[in-house]
Amino acid sequence: MLAYIGKRLLATIPVMAVVAVFVFAMLRLTPGDPAAIIAGAAATSQDIADIRTKLGLDRPIVSQFFVWIGRMFTGDFGESFFFKKQVAELIAGRIEPTLMLATTTMILSIAVAVPLGVLAAWKQGTWIDRIVMGFSVLGFSVPVFVIGYVLIFVFSIELQWLPVQGYQPLSEGLWGCLVRLVLPSVTLSVIYIALIARITRTSVLEVLGEDYIRTARAKGLTNVVVLMRHALRNAAVPIVTVIGIGIALLIGGVVVTESVFSIPGLGRLTVDAVLARDYPTVQAVILLFSLVYVLVNLLVDLLYTFLDPRIRY
Amino acid sequence: MSATADALGLEAPPGPPPAPQRGALRRLWKNPAAAIGATILALILVIGLAAPLLTPINPGEINPVYRNKKPGTEETVRRADGTKTTITHWMGTDSLGRDIYSRVVYGARASLLVGAAVAVISIAIGLFIGLVSGYIRWLDAIAMRVMDGLMAIPAILLAIAVVSLSKAGLAAVIIAIVVPEIPRVVRLVRSVVLSIREEPYVEAAISVGTPTPLLLVRHVLPNTIAPLVVQGTYIAASAILIEAILSFLGVGIPPETPTWGNIMAEGRTLFRVFPHNILYPGIFLALTVLAVNMLGDGLRDTLDPRMSKRL
Repeated sequence: MLAYIGKRLLATIPVMAVVAVFVFAMLRLTPGDPAAIIAGAAATSQDIADIRTKLGLDRPIVSQFFVWIGRMFTGDFGESFFFKKQVAELIAGRIEPTLMLATTTMILSIAVAVPLGVLAAWKQGTWIDRIVMGFSVLGFSVPVFVIGYVLIFVFSIELQWLPVQGYQPLSEGLWGCLVRLVLPSVTLSVIYIALIARITRTSVLEVLGEDYIRTARAKGLTNVVVLMRHALRNAAVPIVTVIGIGIALLIGGVVVTESVFSIPGLGRLTVDAVLARDYPTVQAVILLFSLVYVLVNLLVDLLYTFLDPRIRY
Repeated sequence: MSATADALGLEAPPGPPPAPQRGALRRLWKNPAAAIGATILALILVIGLAAPLLTPINPGEINPVYRNKKPGTEETVRRADGTKTTITHWMGTDSLGRDIYSRVVYGARASLLVGAAVAVISIAIGLFIGLVSGYIRWLDAIAMRVMDGLMAIPAILLAIAVVSLSKAGLAAVIIAIVVPEIPRVVRLVRSVVLSIREEPYVEAAISVGTPTPLLLVRHVLPNTIAPLVVQGTYIAASAILIEAILSFLGVGIPPETPTWGNIMAEGRTLFRVFPHNILYPGIFLALTVLAVNMLGDGLRDTLDPRMSKRL
């Protein structure tokens, strides 16, 4: 098991290396001299040359790449062109809203999607199944910002049940924070629910034909016990896999949702940075999101052995 | 204009499938999801192509007098020859006085064009890389590592990053959406190639000395067509969504071009008072993506029953 963890950890290195090369190439491909941008309009050519030396831009490109990577590991992501702040500091200030939004969305999605998927599989072919599957296709088709605006319109403007937009830090009270997260989480969870419900249904359907399900039924166990303990347990591996892969969807959705609901998180930062052509920030955010995605999926791989003891490494 | 029509034509149901699939089109039509999806899609396509006939108003025309009007507002226009006509803003106007209905109708073009172009380009590139790397082992290792890396970057993020590198425009948006889709096509093609490689007829072809390029084109390529047609429709659906998201975030096609994402982006600031700016293009966008997805599900069920079992 330990050897396997080590092997999988090592396998993430080439993946992240490709991401890093891509992200590094991005800055190199952009028109304009980063040193001149940092120095500003009033800088002399001496100032620009100094900054270039400081950033190592006068060295060969391969050594620049390694210097850049080396700095990443010490947490130095450079200085933002636009916000005139250290990128690391900038990101640190934006993590909380995104983390809160992602966590509430994840909990909500799993809590809704897994039971829905099991129900659809159990009632295969009935109207319940068709509604769940219909919702799933619909969830993939309606853009996340349209869902967001419709929810704002109904629940905040017409009914006035919930605040329209904005974010309140956790330190200013749990309730205020959660109330403001209701609409964004529901918005963001729609596509995730669609994805998880669909795979849960397929996966449980496959298991329901197995002999041990018949045996469990024959023993006189109730439907709930059969479905939850026998069927869902054995169907768990594909479901967890999709939850992991779906993190990519979730991250994409975070970028849009934070813009719709004016949440000052990493997604909003990404959009602002791209609009301002603030490449050091864009680079850092992409690296960070990709790392999260890769690590979550590594964790999912490791979870397999706990979910299904038949899997051995 | 004709270039638009050409590209849009590709969105229609695929051409004649390979021999064993004969009758697939008829079966496809019997699939309710596919039939509904194809019908809606055809309707949107007609709307996009016939846009000049469907609306007398130029979608880019700014009208300072009729700004932010509710749906159904009537406007009297005096023609050059002195006669007066009344035009109705069925879906209201935006904050520059542009007619939303006209912009929505013309917006169908951008969405369908992006969907079709991204599907075709990413499949062409992905097919080439997948075929070659599925057959040349040393290349395979390198190509797959690069694909793994690209797949680790969430699609929307990658698209935003690529689009930020150049001046915003239709071509930049298409390239930005193509890049994240390529690895998915490559993986699909490669998995087909790896399973076909061991088939007796491929071994037979190798043993009689068929050169590798011919082998790939004649024996391996036909097997990839059915799954790629299915994958292509899903790519088109997600491309239409991502294009709208890019436009909405302000990093996509320039704002004066009528696209559904642009109309919604423009309507954002005054959303609380005039929700129609977001509602109407949103409905069209969702309906189009839904239609493409339904067509994809239908294609999957008729062309590739094994795949439908997997998901």
